[in-house]
Amino acid sequence: GCLRQQPGKIHFILLFSRQGKLRLQKWYTTLPEKEKKKITREIVQIILARNQKTSSFVDWKDLKLVYKRYASLYFCCAIEDQDNELLTLEVVHRYVELLDRYFGNVCELDIIFNFEKAYFILDEFIMGGEVQETSKKSAVKAIEDSDMLQETVEEYMNKPAF
Amino acid sequence: NEEGCKSKEAEIKRINKELANIRSKFKGDKALDGYSKKKYVCKLLFIFLLGHDIDFGHMEAVNLLSSNRYTEKQIGYLFISVLVNSNSELIRLINNAIKNDLASRNPTFMGLALHCIANVGSREMAEAFAGEIPKILVAGDTMDSVKQSAALCLLRLYRTSPDLVPMGDWTSRVVHLLNDQHLGVVTAATSLITTLAQKNPEEFKTSVSLAVSRLSRIVTSASTDLQDYTYYFVPAPWLSVKLLRLLQCYPPPEDPAVRGRLTECLETILNKAQEPPKSKKVQHSNAKNAVLFEAISLIIHHDSEPNLLVRACNQLGQFLQHRETNLRYLALESMCTLASSEFSHEAVKTHIETVINALKTERDVSVRQRAVDLLYAMCDRSNAQQIVAEMLNYLETADYSIREEIVLKVAILAEKYAVDYTWYVDTILNLIRIAGDYVSEEVWYRVIQIVINRDDVQGYAAKTVFEALQAPACHENLVKVGGYILGEFGNLIAGDPRSSPLIQFNLLHSKFHLCSVPTRALLLSTYIKFVNLFPEIKTTIQDVLRSDSQLKNADVELQQRAVEYLRLSTIASTDILATVLEEMPPFPERESSILAKLKKKKGPGTVTDLEEIKKERSSDMNGSFDSEVSSPLTNSAPPPASSGSLLVDVFSDSASAVAPLAPGSDDNFYLPAKTGLEKRIHPMNNFQFVCKNNGVLFENQLLQIGLKSEFRQNLGRMFIFYGNKTSTQFLNFTPTVICSDDFLNYILCLNLQTKPVDPTVDGGAQVQQVVNIECVSDFMEAPILNIQFRYGGTFQNLSVKLPITLNKFFQPTEMSSQDFFQRWKQLSNPKQEVQNIFKAKHPMDAEITKAKIIGFGSALLEEVDPNPANFVGAGIIHTKTTQIGCLLRLEPNLQAQMYRLTLRTSKEAVSQRLCELLSEQF
Repeated sequence: GCLRQQPGKIHFILLFSRQGKLRLQKWYTTLPEKEKKKITREIVQIILARNQKTSSFVDWKDLKLVYKRYASLYFCCAIEDQDNELLTLEVVHRYVELLDRYFGNVCELDIIFNFEKAYFILDEFIMGGEVQETSKKSAVKAIEDSDMLQETVEEYMNKPAF
Repeated sequence: NEEGCKSKEAEIKRINKELANIRSKFKGDKALDGYSKKKYVCKLLFIFLLGHDIDFGHMEAVNLLSSNRYTEKQIGYLFISVLVNSNSELIRLINNAIKNDLASRNPTFMGLALHCIANVGSREMAEAFAGEIPKILVAGDTMDSVKQSAALCLLRLYRTSPDLVPMGDWTSRVVHLLNDQHLGVVTAATSLITTLAQKNPEEFKTSVSLAVSRLSRIVTSASTDLQDYTYYFVPAPWLSVKLLRLLQCYPPPEDPAVRGRLTECLETILNKAQEPPKSKKVQHSNAKNAVLFEAISLIIHHDSEPNLLVRACNQLGQFLQHRETNLRYLALESMCTLASSEFSHEAVKTHIETVINALKTERDVSVRQRAVDLLYAMCDRSNAQQIVAEMLNYLETADYSIREEIVLKVAILAEKYAVDYTWYVDTILNLIRIAGDYVSEEVWYRVIQIVINRDDVQGYAAKTVFEALQAPACHENLVKVGGYILGEFGNLIAGDPRSSPLIQFNLLHSKFHLCSVPTRALLLSTYIKFVNLFPEIKTTIQDVLRSDSQLKNADVELQQRAVEYLRLSTIASTDILATVLEEMPPFPERESSILAKLKKKKGPGTVTDLEEIKKERSSDMNGSFDSEVSSPLTNSAPPPASSGSLLVDVFSDSASAVAPLAPGSDDNFYLPAKTGLEKRIHPMNNFQFVCKNNGVLFENQLLQIGLKSEFRQNLGRMFIFYGNKTSTQFLNFTPTVICSDDFLNYILCLNLQTKPVDPTVDGGAQVQQVVNIECVSDFMEAPILNIQFRYGGTFQNLSVKLPITLNKFFQPTEMSSQDFFQRWKQLSNPKQEVQNIFKAKHPMDAEITKAKIIGFGSALLEEVDPNPANFVGAGIIHTKTTQIGCLLRLEPNLQAQMYRLTLRTSKEAVSQRLCELLSEQF
């Protein structure tokens, strides 16, 4: 009984590559780690198996998956069955725009190597599964402000080489 | 880099090395500076997100929280948000850091702290901060961005622990945030208000007019007015949708001015849909249509403006033909709810051809599924034949994943809208032909029930099944239906030399050896019924029963039937045979168990509401089937509250059909009575009341006994309803509840109290008896209800076991996976565990299994067992003297059609009894 009726909210967001590699996961429902892995595997499989001509919506358990592919990355949100599917597609698009604006034409590698930024940007946009700030300017400004407060990434951290 | 990591092994090796390095840095003698700490914490996070376990670094992350440097704090919070640890010591430290940041008056730090609370969202967090956040939210000097975070953070805590969020003065001030100048604040506040209003509608009533005026300002604004909140030429789509959602918590506004303004808004949104798009981008049309669909949801929710409903329907009709798959999908889905409104039902129906076409041509199974749903929703008497025909058509090629659901839908529609029951019979036989494997018991039981209840269709049914059975390879379900119907009504077609008694018998018997044991058992019952219907083939049938393959059958059930039927056919006089094997009496009419099954499949809500509304409407327009066939007796019978598988109650699976003839074994709730009259073969389901509390306990030609019971902790109350089915009085009517063999022991375990009932029961009347039950200690045997009365000069005496079983005193217990396994381990003494491995007696349907476990009384624990196919439950048996914790685990093996059931309780006898009771359910 982990996925209860919580109208209006996104339950989780997953970003994964066409090869099925998870690039970002954000859970707005508290679940054990093991469960998250299981769900992720299942959903990646379902979405990758669908062909291009299909709708962007899949019934999954008592939730609905709304997904869209941008270049090599799939963005997938799980929402309540009665929630607004089209607007969820635009949540995804707006997030991509925010990433674009920050990274300048974002690509998969940006998200791999600046994962913390991808999380910060998402947090500015969505909180607890609800859209917090829909204005692109305000959301990006918040991130840029915080960047002013910190040294450049390269300065303080050699990325682990994976 | 990642691609450089050729194999998984190399990656793991690399990571382990890195982890060892970080560990040594953290453990080193030299204290790390904030910069290095941040660097390593960030690396750990990265490794964790790659999918590896991290079991250290939490302390270092917590340290970062109290850093004054933003970047260090930020990484610390991110680590905590992603890797929450229930370690209480840490939680205290984290909470402390959050508290400081909330009090810092630095909006950036406050934002980080609020995000962390929302991300973790635990009960501990709610305990610590649910009182503080409302203050931040409504304080005059709070920055807008912090207000937004505070609103959504509070929402998250409210969802986790509503009891910890105190309502108070702040609520009215939150409502007024709907008027805030900053659209970001309004958006966040609307989410919060919507969730709060769902649970406290009265308190947030004033939000309706505020939401309407806000919405009105948005939809009438020019596309540039809202600047950055305009998304691809659509003004504030997120806020619009949220406002429309908030309004769906309430009925249409009472104030005519507000109501008028809202109607204008909705009309404007509908009008805009007809305007040419302001951009060719899909983002524009998605955002615009998102608002449109939400507006339509509100129109349907209000269900009060015929004009708007019909306009909505027309709009959706356009989308049905749209080139975007997403829009077609959503239009089908939305129309489904529109079909249940009396104002728009007819308008929806005009799209039937398009929907049927979608069923045939859509390439996406999700879309086809929506089309099936919509056809089902728009079905009524006028189009039922067409819709059922199309669904049958589609069934031939439908995806396996949705076949069972389509079968159920077809069966329900065919029954509900049958004018001519020959059509109904044909439809069900078609279902079995096309998708026999997906036709569940409920469906084929139902067709038999209906045929038995309607004498105008019996001859046709017999003829049709006879013809269908001619096919060289027919589905076993057809053999079951055919066997049953010919056993009852084969005489109606026996006059035709092409379907003479012997031909009927040979036809059925030619299938016998290909069938499973339950079907063979059913066929044996058909044969003994043939002995009564067709005395001329008695010797042929006796020869078959006498053959070694029957009399020495390895299956005990089949062997027993053969022996008893052979004996019955030999010794009983024609009169006795005629009485015992008489045609089945009509079944009491109730809600279709198929409908119940569909509801279970689709989850409550969706189907229920629709059905209720449709039922009301159809009873005016069409006259419902249910009332046509229900007999007067059952009208006065107790309303069966739960209808899990009611048909199965009275009709039961064939395996137990012989029960009345067999000596009462322990697991028989029906004990053979002393007079011949009750000995007729009336199927009774063993253990049928273990997982439910209401239904018909016993029925013969004279008497129907219904039950309704409720249990709470160690107490229970059972209402027994005795219905006199005859037109003659019962005299000296004396029901007595007696306890089994060991009387003294019994009294010590189960305390039952009843009052005597009136000794005279008039013809057609019903009397009620209350039994008060107290479970003193755990018990094994069920008590027996003995009934004696005089009917037309003969003395009647019968006994039935009262279904008061140990599991009735269950209280479900929810627990986490961790708790479950800990307790499971604690009960590892071999005497505490009882295990049973058995063959499935029913189709192995996970949903039905779940319902049965819940009906059994324990909690069904989802996501506990590592294997998702398994079922796990927990509960406490309450007796007066003690409470016994029980854990259960059911492991199905689909391939072998077997189950393994394991019970662990602190008491061996309890484990044993619960295991016995539950094993019989599957």
